[in-house]
Amino acid sequence: MERLRRTMMFVPGNNPAMIKDAGIYGADSIMFDLEDSVSLAEKDAARMLVFEALKNVDYGNSELVVRINGLDTDMGKADIYAMVKAGVEVIRLPKTETPDDVVETEKVIAEAEKFFGIENGRTHMMAAIESAEGVLNAPAIAKASDRLIGIALGAEDYVTNMKTHRYPDGAELSFARNMILHGARAAGIAAFDTVYSDVDNTEGFNHEVEIIHELGFDGKSVINPRQIPLVNAIYAPSEKEIRNAKAVLNAIEEAHKKGSGVISLHGKMVDKPVVARAERTMALAKASHLVDKEGNIYVE
Amino acid sequence: MLNKVNREIPDEILKDKNYKPFETTEIGNPETTYVAHNVKVSQGNDKLVDSIKDVIAKVGLKDGMTISFHHHFREGDFVFNMVMQEIIDEGFKDLTLAPSSLTNVMNDMVIKAIKAGTVTHITSSGMRGSLGDFISHGGLKDPVVLRSHGNRARSIENGDIKIDVAFLGVPNSDAVGNANAIKGDAVFGSMGYSLMDAKYADKVVLLTDTIMPYPNTPASVKQTQVDYVVKVSKVGDPEKIGSGATRFTKDPKELKIAKTVNQVITHSPYFKDGFSFQTGSGGAALAVSRYLRESMIDKNIKASFALGGITKPTVDLLEEGLVNKILDVQDFDKGAAASMANNENQQEIDSSWYADPYNKGAAVNQLDVCILSALEIDTKFNVNVMTGSDGVLRGAIGGHQDAANAKLTIISAPLVRGRIATVVPDVTTVVTPGDSIDVLVTEVGIAINPRRKDLIEALKDVPGVPVYTIEELQKRAEAIVGKPEKLQFTDRPVALIEYRDGSLIDTVYQVKD
Amino acid sequence: MEIKHTALAGTLESSDVQITLSEGKGISIDLDSQVEKQFGKQIKKVVTDLLAKYEISDVKVHVVDKGALDCTIKARLIAAIQRATDTQNEQNWGVLE
Repeated sequence: MERLRRTMMFVPGNNPAMIKDAGIYGADSIMFDLEDSVSLAEKDAARMLVFEALKNVDYGNSELVVRINGLDTDMGKADIYAMVKAGVEVIRLPKTETPDDVVETEKVIAEAEKFFGIENGRTHMMAAIESAEGVLNAPAIAKASDRLIGIALGAEDYVTNMKTHRYPDGAELSFARNMILHGARAAGIAAFDTVYSDVDNTEGFNHEVEIIHELGFDGKSVINPRQIPLVNAIYAPSEKEIRNAKAVLNAIEEAHKKGSGVISLHGKMVDKPVVARAERTMALAKASHLVDKEGNIYVE
Repeated sequence: MLNKVNREIPDEILKDKNYKPFETTEIGNPETTYVAHNVKVSQGNDKLVDSIKDVIAKVGLKDGMTISFHHHFREGDFVFNMVMQEIIDEGFKDLTLAPSSLTNVMNDMVIKAIKAGTVTHITSSGMRGSLGDFISHGGLKDPVVLRSHGNRARSIENGDIKIDVAFLGVPNSDAVGNANAIKGDAVFGSMGYSLMDAKYADKVVLLTDTIMPYPNTPASVKQTQVDYVVKVSKVGDPEKIGSGATRFTKDPKELKIAKTVNQVITHSPYFKDGFSFQTGSGGAALAVSRYLRESMIDKNIKASFALGGITKPTVDLLEEGLVNKILDVQDFDKGAAASMANNENQQEIDSSWYADPYNKGAAVNQLDVCILSALEIDTKFNVNVMTGSDGVLRGAIGGHQDAANAKLTIISAPLVRGRIATVVPDVTTVVTPGDSIDVLVTEVGIAINPRRKDLIEALKDVPGVPVYTIEELQKRAEAIVGKPEKLQFTDRPVALIEYRDGSLIDTVYQVKD
Repeated sequence: MEIKHTALAGTLESSDVQITLSEGKGISIDLDSQVEKQFGKQIKKVVTDLLAKYEISDVKVHVVDKGALDCTIKARLIAAIQRATDTQNEQNWGVLE
């Protein structure tokens, strides 16, 4: 089953205190940033810091992602080589405009894997889309490489490019979010929403998470660990959803026991998407600590 | 000999100072005798004295006597330095200093008094900063005796601490010695610790900047107890008495720990209507109060009382009706101090009432849940709140040993601080024995004292709260920071850590640099 | 490898370490750390081991440690070495395990 990616926590790549503690907050994914959060003079130092952290720090079950500098900079290639060697799970491209950007990066990653004698294809990728052109190309970008596990909206640059800024209702992002989501779904990969930078505004943050949850995003980028439980709460399934999901999964088990290929529940056939949704609901329920390991709902 | 927490206690100290080694956290029902104090009879009409110099002459201070102070003004204290300076200037020698505790603002003066030979013995709840450093490097010949607040009360009652003169700063008093700490510029709320001194010292001197008309009520210290009242220009800096405006921590790690502490409380058998708690001070403690408040509202549970050092968020719970009473031995911030004047349910208690193991029953014995901090905790659940990982004195016992008497004692501490592990194989100094600790809460999960099978059962399935053994947490900390080198000490004791019953639980030695 | 000029990496923030390398005869390490008593030897070992891998035998190392973990010390030293030898973008992969 596909892994949960409700939260992707951004961690500045040149901050040892934050890097050291990034694993304790239960983020589904942790993204170490070598790009925008690191000043030009410290790019080399941040690269080594993240390299050593990936090698030495225990981040538990979190998926580990590194946002590299673009290949159009001096640092891009060195970033890729270092992160491939460190064994990072996912390399995130910044400011992806075209499918070619993905292809170019993939080439360097493959090169690096070969150079270090690492199995080809082990390093996954994701692409951040941060411009009008990128948004329009989102469906093609999402299909540009088998290594891609997802695409993400980077709204700060995008709204500047669109000659607007962020608004509480999110209307300015409506098109971009839908494009990215459709691109991701058509390619069968994950879709991540942008960050919300006013960390003390819980209400505004929750509102935005509710919007993207309804749309169907896999999850949200977060810049502070305090935002993680807020996202998880909104992504937590309701008791009714859990009961339905359990019924579906029980029906599957029953069918298997009978050796029947046809699964039915309350007289209706259960088809594949329903099964997938049930599995996802149970995974969310477990991750939200709403059910125990056996899937029994916690009684308060 | 080795005591029951496996600490080597030098035989000569046991013999010379007439100590028993620590045996057990059980107090039992021993019989004890309280000492009486001398009274110089007064009609009360000539208590007001103009200067500290004059009052020192009037009380008949002599070389070798024991003098005491309180630390309720904390970092805003002016009284200690004014009085000690005068005592040093007058050339007194060989005094025992027996304050309820020593704060940083007193450090330089204590060092000066030691160097001048004015002070040769100290007993306190703790010490930090330059004074801790000075003592840990052998600055005082006789080891400092460190006692919990409850133990200080016990020691005063049974005469282990015999106070000749108590110098007590108060924000207000009338001319005959009726005083409280809820009015005036430098209010600090409860006078808890100092009430023992007022009750048991041979001579009691109040120092205040505000003389009130007679009779000054409510009176925490009463005219029947007071020998002299000295008017000084200013007793304290109100800005530095409290920890200022109460701020909830935004530190995500502290918040995570606080949230977990709350989950441990609410999933314990003690979280039911009428429960009681003590949270202490500090950012994480305040955050616990906030989470606890939400849970109490959620489950419609009210607490019978909150105990100990009090903060504004606890007072808010009282005013909201979520807590019925506050038993208040000290106030950590202005909000808590000020509210004492308005809330009849915020009861001032002295340190005997609060925590004394040798009376007819202290408030800590009625306590359900207590949250405490730790500099270190070891795999035996022993806690150190006294010495840093470099072996230097930098803390205070406070009410730690006493409140750990609660039915559910939770230590809230990060797994590591910087490169220093909090969870260690053996604490540098044992202050509170592991037998009285029930649960350790860290940012990665909790560990439950194996003694508490009931809690292991109750907490085994708390959503999002992984349970580890304390050995697992210790190994995890070590995996992060590495294995530290063993600290080097000389064989000279610089401080003796008493358990709350007066037995010796550990010895602190001079550090080798 | 030879130190070409003085260079430093890292900050004085908590959990970080600032390492300054300059030309010298032999290896000399000057350590300033809050945890020197507990981890002084280990910090020096991390530094000397890594210098050996880079085959640097003449250098003055000034370490101001703010409670950094070993992996941070290594990362900062690598950055400082690359800066002091003008090899920021020519990673020596052999020394990185």
